[in-house]
Amino acid sequence: MKTIKNIGLITALIGFFIFTASIFTGTNNVTQEIFNTWTSQNVKSDYFINKAQQEIVGKELSTFELSSKIIAIAKESDAFEKGQENINWNKIIKVKWNVTSKNFVYPLVRASATGWVSKNQGLFFFLTFGLAIIGGVLAFGADYKLLGPAGIKNNGIFQHSATNRGYLGMIACIYFVAFYMLLYFYPNYLINPILSVNQISKGLSGNGSSQWFLYGFMYCSVMTVFAIRMFIKYRHNNYQLVRTSVVLFFQVAFAFLIPEILVAFNMPWFDFKNAWPLDYDFFFDLGKDWSLMSQGQVGLFMFVWGIVLTLVIVPVMVYFYGKRWYCSWVCGCGGLAETLGDPYRQLSSKSLFSWKVERWLIHGVLLFATLMTALTLYIFFAEIESWKELAFGITAYDVQSSYGFLIGSIFSGVIGTGFYPILGNRVWCRFGCPLAAYMGFVQRFKSRFRITTNGGQCISCGNCSTYCEQGIDVRAYAQKGENIVRSSCVGCGVCSAVCPRGVLKLENGPEDGRINPTQILLGNDVDLMELVNEK
Amino acid sequence: MEHIVIIGNGISGVTAARHIRKLSDKKITIISAETEYFFSRTALMYVYMGHMKFEHTQPYESWFWKKNSIELKQAFVKTIDTENNKLVFASGEDFSYDKLIIATGSKPNKFGWPGQDLNGVMGMYHKQDLENLEKFAPDNKTCKRAVIVGGGLIGIEMAEMLHSRNIPVTFLVRETSFWNGVLPAQESELINKEILNNHIDLRLGVNLQEIKSDANGNASSIIIKETGEEIACNVVGLTAGVSPNIDFIKDSAIETGRGVKVNRFLETNINNIYAIGDCAEQHEAIGERRNIEAVWYTGRMMGETLAQTICGNPTEYKPGHWFNSAKFMDIEYQTYGWVWAKPKENEARFYWESSCNKKAIHINFDKNTRQFIGINTFGIRMRHPFFDKVLTNKKSIDYVLEHLADANFDPEFYKLHEPEIIAKFNKENNTNIKLKKKSWKRIFSKTLNA
Repeated sequence: MKTIKNIGLITALIGFFIFTASIFTGTNNVTQEIFNTWTSQNVKSDYFINKAQQEIVGKELSTFELSSKIIAIAKESDAFEKGQENINWNKIIKVKWNVTSKNFVYPLVRASATGWVSKNQGLFFFLTFGLAIIGGVLAFGADYKLLGPAGIKNNGIFQHSATNRGYLGMIACIYFVAFYMLLYFYPNYLINPILSVNQISKGLSGNGSSQWFLYGFMYCSVMTVFAIRMFIKYRHNNYQLVRTSVVLFFQVAFAFLIPEILVAFNMPWFDFKNAWPLDYDFFFDLGKDWSLMSQGQVGLFMFVWGIVLTLVIVPVMVYFYGKRWYCSWVCGCGGLAETLGDPYRQLSSKSLFSWKVERWLIHGVLLFATLMTALTLYIFFAEIESWKELAFGITAYDVQSSYGFLIGSIFSGVIGTGFYPILGNRVWCRFGCPLAAYMGFVQRFKSRFRITTNGGQCISCGNCSTYCEQGIDVRAYAQKGENIVRSSCVGCGVCSAVCPRGVLKLENGPEDGRINPTQILLGNDVDLMELVNEK
Repeated sequence: MEHIVIIGNGISGVTAARHIRKLSDKKITIISAETEYFFSRTALMYVYMGHMKFEHTQPYESWFWKKNSIELKQAFVKTIDTENNKLVFASGEDFSYDKLIIATGSKPNKFGWPGQDLNGVMGMYHKQDLENLEKFAPDNKTCKRAVIVGGGLIGIEMAEMLHSRNIPVTFLVRETSFWNGVLPAQESELINKEILNNHIDLRLGVNLQEIKSDANGNASSIIIKETGEEIACNVVGLTAGVSPNIDFIKDSAIETGRGVKVNRFLETNINNIYAIGDCAEQHEAIGERRNIEAVWYTGRMMGETLAQTICGNPTEYKPGHWFNSAKFMDIEYQTYGWVWAKPKENEARFYWESSCNKKAIHINFDKNTRQFIGINTFGIRMRHPFFDKVLTNKKSIDYVLEHLADANFDPEFYKLHEPEIIAKFNKENNTNIKLKKKSWKRIFSKTLNA
């Protein structure tokens, strides 16, 4: 079994190695036709077009050469255009590290990719995704025997460098962060990985794959492989089995397949489970011709659904079941955290200091999201163009794009997922997600959900706190016999699973008695309990 | 300001300190030689197993003590000078107190076995034991086999610990079946199977003769008394129970028996000295409880109670209904009320075991009145408040079975065995008990209504 596990690990690593190495092997050939299409859509400056025509068209260039040439020519061209007497601002390309590569360079590089990968997409898919998935399934499948009989088997977690911030954890962190940086800001360097899923994308929606399709497909594959790991690790625990199956289903069906199929039928790409304010750009395109409202009956339904989801369905469901119904049963971010992130859950900080930081950050993001959306709605109803200056030289577009950059990309992606191996698997959900903050208010103040503490059985061992991904000091409540009703609890159920004494149970019950601060626990003298607890 | 000094920073001493702080602004000092900060002894096993780091076993962050002005002192108390209200430390330093709380817990039993002090021979109680085990049994190359002597809760935990690092374990149990002085035969057999399932070499009905040493003073093998068999090993775990850790008191004026003798107010024979937790021995047993109870929660309850007395509200220690819990490898165990190893004359029993041999319940009730006396439950979690109410109100076994769904505390979506359990009871007892649907109203109501 150990051999099978090692074979699996090596196979998966080979898949990852080929996937990663392919970034450095891309070649491009920009034909005249591709060049013309691209320039007609993206460039106004004749200086740029002439120069680029000479330097890149018809030449065999590596992806790195091509990308850096375009950026260099763009800078030159901007300098030239700015030197004119009458500056034509339309001709300025305005090079910015977090925008230019993905919006300007990427489309040309994607369209002009040549080389082995683009001609052998099927085989390349097998060598990357295929090997990684097969290897992962073998490696985790072997755990069925290796872990021993069903039960909590967290043996060695704090003695292994991958799960205890050792060098393997650091390497994983750097790899994740680098991947997210490329994905969000330099997709032009991910062309070969994107091509690996090109045929699948064509089969689903009819379009070639983009970096977002690659990301969606990776997300689903990673979640599936790690869900298998969860199924084996928690095979004695039905709550974990049901929850993992459901969250995987919502990711694959609602965040991946249904939106792609909608596109195939000429309808807008739409994730029915993604609620504002997590879906922060829901209102951005109001009034534009491609907005949901202008897409006929289906678009209108999607728009109304989105609003009902946030205003009615989310709070009502939180009232009955706690925010877990979303965070650890439906949400994509939560889904990744509960699968890929499960090996890292013990790394979340339980200190009081972290709790303070958490409250400032998450509520700050909720405020930011709300103000930004209010501004978006204001300019829509007041009929102001988003590029018009409002005050202090700032436009509505500036506010929207800085939210997208700071929160949407850096916080939720680069830090939120990239730092799993260092800060634990719910960094985004705990410190940043505005939807989690919103549901947290409902959960704390008006909900039937709680984690019940079982009388006086707690022995303060600390397994619950250690394995709480949200950094809740569960033991602090359990050892006082007090129910846990914290706004940040996502109801993953692991505290209850790892408790050796059967102290914790996630339940939905009457609000009366849900919050039960106690000084003295059940089992002590009845008179003393009454004296102290009912003072 | 009155100075309360507590010897021992375990659950008893720390609970007393916390509650005294809630009730007063007395000066409080906790003295410990073992560790700087309070930690949960019950979690030491998880540190060795890699489930946690040592700091995770500490329930309070280090700023907690200063914030609550509870002073911590690391020192070893050598003697108590009750005349002058003074402690003398091993360093020779004196330390005065106004009131003294002895909460020094237990120490592992050693029965004078030859070789019991060799290197690699240890209990599993103190933090130092954990460090020792890490030194002598870091992996299965250094420690080729470990032998554990004594079949109680710590013994099986230690077996689980070593097993987690793939170290072969031989487990010597004096009794003819695991823990059968406490557990009825069926449950004891269930745990025997669980131990064997985990590939632990369980030897029942045997005693330790001696531990042999190699040339360097390290344990190298043990001899079994009954068979004379020699088993080569590098580590020997001595887990034959614990006894009060009070050697330093024996020569003082404080009355001791096996533990520090206390009355129901947890007072010793000396006016301003108290004892709580594992080291305290009641003059007379409370109910069916033992005079000395080495249980986590009784230590906590004594701390809660004594704080009242010290802060001007003299309160007797009156523990409620007996309950306890443990985990045997992968099988969780809870008990509420009393289920003796052997039924008493007036008692009848009902036992159910699942087909997977990992779950069982055993109910003890009065033959004549049908009053519920206690339950053992294995692999099924039950609600403490439910059984506490049942015991207080002297409900019948029929009531308990009817409301078994209310009692269940397993996580959501777990397979429920209640119908099966009740069907078995009805068949065996010719009754017609029907399971009631789970009711939140009943579960959360303070009083019992049928």
